[in-house]
Amino acid sequence: MGRIWKLGDNVNTDVIIPGRYNVTTDRAQLARYCLYEVLPEFSQQVQAGDVVMAGHNFGCGSSREHAPAAILANGVHVVIARSFARIFYRNAVNIGLPVLVCEEAVLASEDGQQVEADLTTGVIRNLTTGQTLEDERLEQLVTCSVAAGGIIEYIRQEGTLR
Amino acid sequence: MGTLAEEIFSYKLGRTVEQGETVVVEVDRVMSHDTTSPLAIQAFRKLAAQTGGHVFDSKRAHIVFDHIIPAATIAAATLHRDIRSFAQEQDITILQQGICHQVMPEMGYVVPGDIIVGADSHSCTYGALGAFGTGMGSTDIGVAYATGRSWFRVPTTINVCLTGDLQPGVYAKDLTLEMVRIIGVDGANYRALEYTGDLIERLSVSERFTFCNMAIEMGGKAGLVAPDEITRAWLHGRTEREYPMLAPRNPRYERVVEIDASKLSPLIARPPDVNNVVPVEEVEDVHIDQVFLGTCTNGRLDDLAIAASVLRGKTIHPSTRMVVIPASREVYLEAMRLGYLEIFAQAGASVGTPGCGPCIGRHFGVLAPGERALTTMNRNFTGRMGDPTAEIYLGSPATVAATALTGHITDPREFL
Repeated sequence: MGRIWKLGDNVNTDVIIPGRYNVTTDRAQLARYCLYEVLPEFSQQVQAGDVVMAGHNFGCGSSREHAPAAILANGVHVVIARSFARIFYRNAVNIGLPVLVCEEAVLASEDGQQVEADLTTGVIRNLTTGQTLEDERLEQLVTCSVAAGGIIEYIRQEGTLR
Repeated sequence: MGTLAEEIFSYKLGRTVEQGETVVVEVDRVMSHDTTSPLAIQAFRKLAAQTGGHVFDSKRAHIVFDHIIPAATIAAATLHRDIRSFAQEQDITILQQGICHQVMPEMGYVVPGDIIVGADSHSCTYGALGAFGTGMGSTDIGVAYATGRSWFRVPTTINVCLTGDLQPGVYAKDLTLEMVRIIGVDGANYRALEYTGDLIERLSVSERFTFCNMAIEMGGKAGLVAPDEITRAWLHGRTEREYPMLAPRNPRYERVVEIDASKLSPLIARPPDVNNVVPVEEVEDVHIDQVFLGTCTNGRLDDLAIAASVLRGKTIHPSTRMVVIPASREVYLEAMRLGYLEIFAQAGASVGTPGCGPCIGRHFGVLAPGERALTTMNRNFTGRMGDPTAEIYLGSPATVAATALTGHITDPREFL
């Protein structure tokens, strides 16, 4: 259970983690500057288990993996969007940041409400409104990667990528 | 049978592959740059047990220093040092002569039919040579460095059919902005863009690079042009490799977008999204504090030639400033030989070392709060060039050069 941080359409990776703060692999620094220029209070106020909800094309722009890494480093439980930009989605799956596509959940939720998302069933419950919704089904390879804890773990288990 | 994307994947896998299929493919080249390499190396290291600690092929694994070169900060210098040490250990030659998407093709590392994955979203640029280039994150690239493989969902394709001729003062960049205006910033998400039509036969590889580069600004996974004699001529002398002249055969396109280039005028993308496209006339009163000519979109010799022809013998307006950064050393040397760099310097521009420059807001022309820039870049996102209250407008090299002369956004046709 966590608070909803609601964002709009086309939130790009420059907004998620600006280029001048990503010259690092330090998760703490990435966490600190996550969404810094649009929601400066985000990294101070976000709690482990909170949920980021966004409109269409979340994570568009650069391929920087620092973007999902910065969100993950803040303890965000899941990002739920109406749609994701391709590279961001792939990066999120690869590093183990859960991402769900659920148009209805985003449309029916407001910033600051409380939400619960079950990653195994894909069921999203808005605790403030009482509404329950379900996300789109994931591709098999994506499911396997997420279940393994990321693409690296998946390859370790399988021996190779196949 | 199929789209160019399907043809490339079918050629690679030796069987007919169809859109929507998820496949694992041996890739031809893997690339990362100075910002994305550190995380890719971390991912690669975690697979040491599977790889024995070696990259799949040190001659097909490429690291390019372009984002912060020469290093502007101690943090950047430290990352460079660590990447150099990795490259030395793996027998990888670090390329430092310009922007990755310019240098990879110049070095002959990109040929038609290749599948290339790069830890940079503009890796779709390679499609101008008929290669399936696509951008990925560092973990995917680390996996590719380790295994030589990557997984793909063979994309559906949007066909952009280009006809007619570009009028004087209108360039490949204007054509590209028109595509983004029509298709939108996510209209091609998860899809390939395939550029066809009789105009393609009259466009140089450099012009093709411009719109393939910006396929990602429509969400595109790849931006593809089928190889032809122009491609062949460009590759001549750059590579000894044999390559297939793949072409779409009875392709099934999800959507066809037709653009008559003869109807276009110079265009500008206003901040903060690339599809915020208007005719130059609508923004002519906008004062510009800095113009920037360069990047993987428009930092090539023909781009510099256009700007030099506008600026020859003139001085930039005292209320603005200009930064010029050739996309590669090859471009830099040729521009020097042809006198373009002298024209820029005489006009009052700062001419920089080949690389990405201020396009990612780290050095060489970052913007102060409230400032406005007109650039040949591919992105006008909030905060990309410096302070988040600064604004970025996008236009062609000609529009950028004309604007340098007046200090406000200017129709380049007045200076031709």
